[in-house]
Amino acid sequence: MTIERNARLRAVRSWGDYFHFSVEAPAVGRGARPGQFVMVKVDDCTSPLLRRPLGIHDADAGGIELFFKVAGAGTGILSRKKPGDRLDIIGPLGKGFTVGDGLKGKKAYLVGGGRGIAPLFFLGRALAAAGARPAVFYGGRTAADIPLCDKFEQAGFELHCSTDDGSFGFSGFVTALVENEIIRAKPAIVYACGPDPMMKVLASITAKHAVPAEFSLESIMGCGIGACWGCVHRIKDGTGDGWVKICEEGPVFPGERILWL
Amino acid sequence: MALTAKTVDLSVDLGFLTLKNPVLAASGTFGYGLEFEPYLDLEKLGGFVVKGLYYGPREGNPPPRLVETPSGLINAIGLQGIGVEAFAAKVLPKLRRLRTAVIVNVCGADDDEYAAVVDFLDRQEGIAAYELNISCPNVKTEGLCPALSPRTTFDLVKRIKAASRRPIITKLSPNVTSIVEIAQAAEEAGTDAVALVNTFLAMALDLETRRPKLGNVFGGLSGPAIKPIALRMVYQVASRLKVPVIGMGGIMTGADALEFLVAGAAAVEVGTASFVDPDAAVRIVSEMERWCEAHGVAAVREIVGTVKTA
Ligand SMILES: Cc1cc2nc3c(=O)[nH]c(=O)nc-3n(C[C@H](O)[C@H](O)[C@H](O)COP(=O)(O)OP(=O)(O)OC[C@H]3O[C@@H](n4cnc5c(N)ncnc54)[C@H](O)[C@@H]3O)c2cc1C
Ligand SMILES: Cc1cc2nc3c(=O)[nH]c(=O)nc-3n(C[C@H](O)[C@H](O)[C@H](O)COP(=O)(O)O)c2cc1C
Ligand code: FES
Repeated sequence: MTIERNARLRAVRSWGDYFHFSVEAPAVGRGARPGQFVMVKVDDCTSPLLRRPLGIHDADAGGIELFFKVAGAGTGILSRKKPGDRLDIIGPLGKGFTVGDGLKGKKAYLVGGGRGIAPLFFLGRALAAAGARPAVFYGGRTAADIPLCDKFEQAGFELHCSTDDGSFGFSGFVTALVENEIIRAKPAIVYACGPDPMMKVLASITAKHAVPAEFSLESIMGCGIGACWGCVHRIKDGTGDGWVKICEEGPVFPGERILWL
Repeated sequence: MALTAKTVDLSVDLGFLTLKNPVLAASGTFGYGLEFEPYLDLEKLGGFVVKGLYYGPREGNPPPRLVETPSGLINAIGLQGIGVEAFAAKVLPKLRRLRTAVIVNVCGADDDEYAAVVDFLDRQEGIAAYELNISCPNVKTEGLCPALSPRTTFDLVKRIKAASRRPIITKLSPNVTSIVEIAQAAEEAGTDAVALVNTFLAMALDLETRRPKLGNVFGGLSGPAIKPIALRMVYQVASRLKVPVIGMGGIMTGADALEFLVAGAAAVEVGTASFVDPDAAVRIVSEMERWCEAHGVAAVREIVGTVKTA
């Protein structure tokens, strides 16, 4: 957990509303694990006031990559940054996905909806390095919402794409595509990040087929470091359930601990 | 006169407590302090006020709990927290070793609970003072909080002051007709200092869905948006009270903090700024120091209450 005040934006790629940043931030990149996130200050202004949470799309000793969709003012300002500009980021934050040794040789399904694909590239690489066999399921509303297909393919991942409108890949929700595959070849684990409705459906699918699953949750975040209690989700623990800070204990939780409201 | 960095005396004396500098981190925006250890040296702060504590653990409000508005943040956390017993067992032992003032923000659903919290904490070591959060919804008065009337403020402060072995800082709500009257009631009841302001009752809604943006419908507005109103209130209260005033509301920079001192605050608290920059409070201390250097101010306390209104 460090503050990199002067992280240099190395390169920018964009596809419509989607942006990919490569950022020089060794102190953040070095310690990062898949599923963790950073808090980015979009500008030195008071509106927007707060930092914005973004998942770590990839990381190495030199820095991190981000992948985001313009959702409002903050991500809008960020999207207008140019290579050479400096970013002020805090990270890596939160607890990531579990990449257990037990996954060697086993299938793992990674399910990303829209911008939720962001943390799954880093996770896929880590799984592959751990000897697991990751398959990526990437869904979006239209073909324009799944711009990273080429990147995943070029990196050698088994990739299944879907669009709600049928403009590319499987026609329908990515959850249906995943369920078909679970029935065909049951994986050892499912990891997911995306809109709540998608994850909720996926949680019932994985529970029905008794496949362990981990979900990366989202919330508006005040601080990202466990200090404001603003980012809570309903989470079960041994004795009951309560409002748990997802920036600190999450954002990733095992499916059986999440109460979908 | 050329001054070097070391010559500015940043310490302030509240009468009951000397702070190494006038900057405290504000309650609810600084967790229990430890969350910030990776980002700043806690000992460089004048002190910090931990998140509001009820006697027992508290569940808090349903999300969404935060919404941003222009230059502001509305929160409806609902004072979720671990309660005094867990605080004393798990947190306080780690805070005790710090050479900085640790202040506990005391909450209660009725006067008895405030008293119970103070009674329990009085038996613990390592606390410099209590900040009485009189803005807690009261179960016995249909959710109204003690801060809303001079009478309820007086009764609560008097009772806690009489029972406590530690100094009491009464934290005032700005959501009242006359904050000066409430501050005076707290002073008459024997408070050692007042702190203001807490957040401004506020609301945000989504036009398309016509739904409130917070789970609790209402929340408290903080951040730069409230600074001018907070500054006015601090000025009004400081000019009428004898006890020290701790000012806050939207402080983001050393200049903001110094303005509160000029308006009459003896010290300040930094809240929402710590969300934007976890090390904001320490940055603000050094910005204040630099300003004093540049302006030939040898001791920061010299500027307290120096506003020129004539
Ligand atoms: C741990 C975490 C990781 C994330 N990773 C990514 C990522 O890798 N790529 C990406 O594109 N986005 C990611 N997000 C979502 C991203 O943070 C929000 O889209 C962003 O904060 C919106 O800011 P804005 O100013 O552009 O829009 P705003 O104007 O603030 O908001 C636009 C809309 O999005 C909603 N919203 C705001 N903040 C959030 C939030 N944090 N989560 C969900 N909804 C929100 C608002 O209520 C509003 O309806 C992540 C969120 C979290 C919590
Ligand atoms: C998320 C959040 C939680 C807060 N919790 C408390 C609290 O527990 N007790 C309290 O007295 N004030 C609480 N406050 C109010 C702050 O301490 C402070 O009075 C207010 O935010 C104004 O200062 P600022 O504009 O610098 O944030 C909270 C504020 C925020 C934003
Ligand atoms: S975002 Fe502040 S506690 Fe999680």
